[in-house]
Amino acid sequence: MVARGLAGTNIYDIVRVGRQRLLGEVVEIRTDNYSIQVYEETEGIGPGQPVYPTGEPLSVELGPGLIGSIFDGIQRPLDVINSQLGPYIARGAEYPPLSRTKLWHFLPRLKAGDKVVGGDILGVVKESALVEHKVMVPPGVEGTIKTIVEREATIENTIAEVETTVGIAGIKMLQKWPVRRPRGVTRKVQPKEPLVTGQRVIDTLFPMVKGGTSCVPGPFGSGKTVVQHQLAKWSNADIVLFVGCGERGNEMADVLLSFPELKDPRTGRPLMERTVLVANTSNMPVAAREASIFTGITIAEYYRDMGYSVALMADSTSRWAEAMREISGRLEEMPGEEGFPTYLGSRLASFYERAGAVICLGTELQEGNLSVIGSVSPPGGDLSEPVTQATLRVAKVFWSLDDRLASQRHFPAINWLTSYSLYQNIVDGFAREKIAPGWGENRKETLRILQKEAELEELVRLIGIEALSPEDKLLMEVAKIIREDFLHQNAYHEVDTYTSLENQYYMLNAILRFYSEAQEALQKGIDLSKIIEIPAKDDISRLRFVPEGDREAFRQVEQGIQQQIGALREGSKVDL
Amino acid sequence: MTSKEYLTVKDIFGPLMLVEQVEEVTYGELAEVKLSDGQTRRGRVLEIAGDRALVQVFEGTLGIGRDNVRVKFLGKGLEIGVSPDILGRVFDGAGRTIDEGPRIIPEKRLNVNGNPINPYARDYPREFIQTGISSIDGLNTLVRGQKLPIFSCSGLPHARLASQIARQAKVPGSEEAFAVVFAAMGITFEEANYFITDFNRTGALERSVIFINLAEDPPIERLAVPKMALTTAEYLAYELDMHVLVILTDMTNYSEALREVSAARKEVPGRRGYPGYLYTDLATIYERAGRIKGKKGSITQIPILTMPEDDKTHPVPDLTGYITEGQIILSRTLHLQGVYPPVDILPCLSRLKDKGIGKDRTREDHADISNQLYAAYARGKAAKELALILGEGSLTPLDRLFMDFSERLDKEFIQQGEEEDRGIEETLNLGWKLLGRLPRRELKRIRPEYLEKYHKETKE
Repeated sequence: MVARGLAGTNIYDIVRVGRQRLLGEVVEIRTDNYSIQVYEETEGIGPGQPVYPTGEPLSVELGPGLIGSIFDGIQRPLDVINSQLGPYIARGAEYPPLSRTKLWHFLPRLKAGDKVVGGDILGVVKESALVEHKVMVPPGVEGTIKTIVEREATIENTIAEVETTVGIAGIKMLQKWPVRRPRGVTRKVQPKEPLVTGQRVIDTLFPMVKGGTSCVPGPFGSGKTVVQHQLAKWSNADIVLFVGCGERGNEMADVLLSFPELKDPRTGRPLMERTVLVANTSNMPVAAREASIFTGITIAEYYRDMGYSVALMADSTSRWAEAMREISGRLEEMPGEEGFPTYLGSRLASFYERAGAVICLGTELQEGNLSVIGSVSPPGGDLSEPVTQATLRVAKVFWSLDDRLASQRHFPAINWLTSYSLYQNIVDGFAREKIAPGWGENRKETLRILQKEAELEELVRLIGIEALSPEDKLLMEVAKIIREDFLHQNAYHEVDTYTSLENQYYMLNAILRFYSEAQEALQKGIDLSKIIEIPAKDDISRLRFVPEGDREAFRQVEQGIQQQIGALREGSKVDL
Repeated sequence: MTSKEYLTVKDIFGPLMLVEQVEEVTYGELAEVKLSDGQTRRGRVLEIAGDRALVQVFEGTLGIGRDNVRVKFLGKGLEIGVSPDILGRVFDGAGRTIDEGPRIIPEKRLNVNGNPINPYARDYPREFIQTGISSIDGLNTLVRGQKLPIFSCSGLPHARLASQIARQAKVPGSEEAFAVVFAAMGITFEEANYFITDFNRTGALERSVIFINLAEDPPIERLAVPKMALTTAEYLAYELDMHVLVILTDMTNYSEALREVSAARKEVPGRRGYPGYLYTDLATIYERAGRIKGKKGSITQIPILTMPEDDKTHPVPDLTGYITEGQIILSRTLHLQGVYPPVDILPCLSRLKDKGIGKDRTREDHADISNQLYAAYARGKAAKELALILGEGSLTPLDRLFMDFSERLDKEFIQQGEEEDRGIEETLNLGWKLLGRLPRRELKRIRPEYLEKYHKETKE
């Protein structure tokens, strides 16, 4: 839609459109013609209706009260809208994202006379049982603290005054930040710690790091959303941002209803106490969907600036790209591949680049990091389409979901032959020190076995399984154990859903132990069928149900393997 | 509002008309198109630029010229009149009754567009619906508030399957008000007639509302049909507290109508000529399924679509699959083997089943056995493929057992009668019976305690 007479309005400023005051953004200016992208359904809007400029770009409110909230793509509080307007999102709803009346207990960390720069932590507020909200000096403010008091305050009360070169700046807990502009940092650094997800195929084979980027492409029904939910639930980030971008309403309802009940494995507190949700489902306006990703990542950056480890899950970036395509089409821009705008690649890259491990602003130079995990929904499961390809150029981890695995109900359906992670070395280094020296070797051996299995399968398809040598048959058997008892993981089983790095190592170790013992036994001339019949092999399949902390169970299984295969060897000696 | 009639039609192309010098017209407004021979048609404003409005004519533009037409804008969007009397009635694509019943006096008129449900207001669907069909109840369980489409191909019995579901669907142990809203878009008279006759025969008609837009009716009218059906369903569910099952057939025809309008507007086409916003448009239909906190009723959707060339990656099934909570896929191969319903279970999925099954809902072992049946069936199918190339002799005895299992699953578990209404216990026990032929140590997807309780190994 085009408006006139908005002199003084900048591009990407927010305006209110029509009698219903619908929210819109100026996306193009041509002399006096201002093109406005409206974030809501425009039925009932016509020429001659007024447009109200606000003079501000699309911004989010930052401050205590974000945690545990659910917002739409333009940060309207969905819980407030529900209680005020009922179950449907009426148009033109205007509510502040953060409560203006709630009192927070502000506890100063600094005192009057201290020198501060933007990013310094003035004090803290207990935002939830899990999150201590750090109130920071807004970027750009620099000077000496004049007053600062411990008090109960709303986010709009002044909690400190800073004397700067241009006068006294009153500092409130509430800050605003335009979503399309990345928040500043001192500098970026190399990520060095794994983002532990408790998902064996991820942590062991294709690991992610804190501050890294990864993408999860897959056709429908391959389990993208379950993977995203599992990561939102179990990853060891301090804060989780979940952006439901153009996806299903019932899935958001699932998150909303299950997160307050699920417990964080490390603290035992409800997961909702560390989570912020941004939900712009597929039937909500397209323009707000385009904004939702930016809204989400800006909030995530804000917590990163406090020195937290933040993980953002975006489900799905394809819907985001489609929103861009729709908007670009309406602006009659020259389309690139498959109708997507030509700036698709650079937009995606600039989004993923907002992830990273950083030294935050402020004198303390504390570290924070922001990990981004984006799912991609390629049409027809065809990975050659533009969104997947543009994403692969920037994301460092690729979890390729496979609908063939999904239809066998092998979940997570991450294909071990096509996926990759460029963080393996970082995680190997970490695990060598913290978990076990053999971590990296185990991973390499596992991937080798799986790779070899795929080759052998080709062979079996041509000449039948009986033609294989006993060594190869053993390898196929071990690969099957790895697939069924290690890589396959049941998200709905109370123990199996999360495995710590330690337990992942011991599980894999037991399987590889079986392999090496069996190989030796084969060389001694023992029949393969006897080796794979040993009862300890069945015990391996139960290792996934071993609760955290129970080292003994693994030791017993390894012992069982050794003894039973040893007994076979003894037996064969007697036969001789 | 203005009651001006405009004689200023400038262009007519496809189903669209461009009207000039209009005043105070708004986007989405309904228009009345009067021809000089007394005919009245209806249209909707698709676009306004300055004083020019683009109007889409529902009944098509056949017979309209620049000088025989007057356009009046009605100052409101498309609406449907509802009252409890609409149950048991048949409407056309424009919302007019086409059966012999009395005139309906609407209790209120509702805008058919509907606002998006606030995700915060949604209640998660978790009530098991028993359809009496093993391949659905046992493996791809449907729950109240879900949208579960049937992907079919031309010539397959999707109509029979859908009406069997409509007939048998119930929540075990509950006697709540239940209704069916049926929306036909561009299907043949025979197919529509099959549904109406079948509903009539089984007495389902009394608790149904039917919208019919046949293949011969104007395609543009199709675009309004699902919106009217769902607005009606929302009225029944959230105001009359009923549990509503909405059957939409055939979504491929709907998408083609959308493509027709898009092409007439000269929009940049996406895949296969469908507009780039097909996903969003379909989502505004499918996402109207669900449950709302604090409301008794629910809307469950079963959209039916035919996959052109049996191709799952065609834009319509593809985008549908990305929006709906799973899919039931019918297979021509099974159909040719005489299996009814020919459900190709491997690519089927119900995303919401996990919260709808298990202890206190169906039975504790349900999730595990469903996963196990799937895993074993997939293995059996793979063995069968191998046997086709190398002969059965090349299979290990174990693989032969799995192959045998997958064949039995087709013939005994998936196959059932059109009037056969299997209880969930019966379905699960049938699954255990089939698994009985497999050695226990191969059943890794089932918790040991359930194996102990339910698994009985049987030998040939």
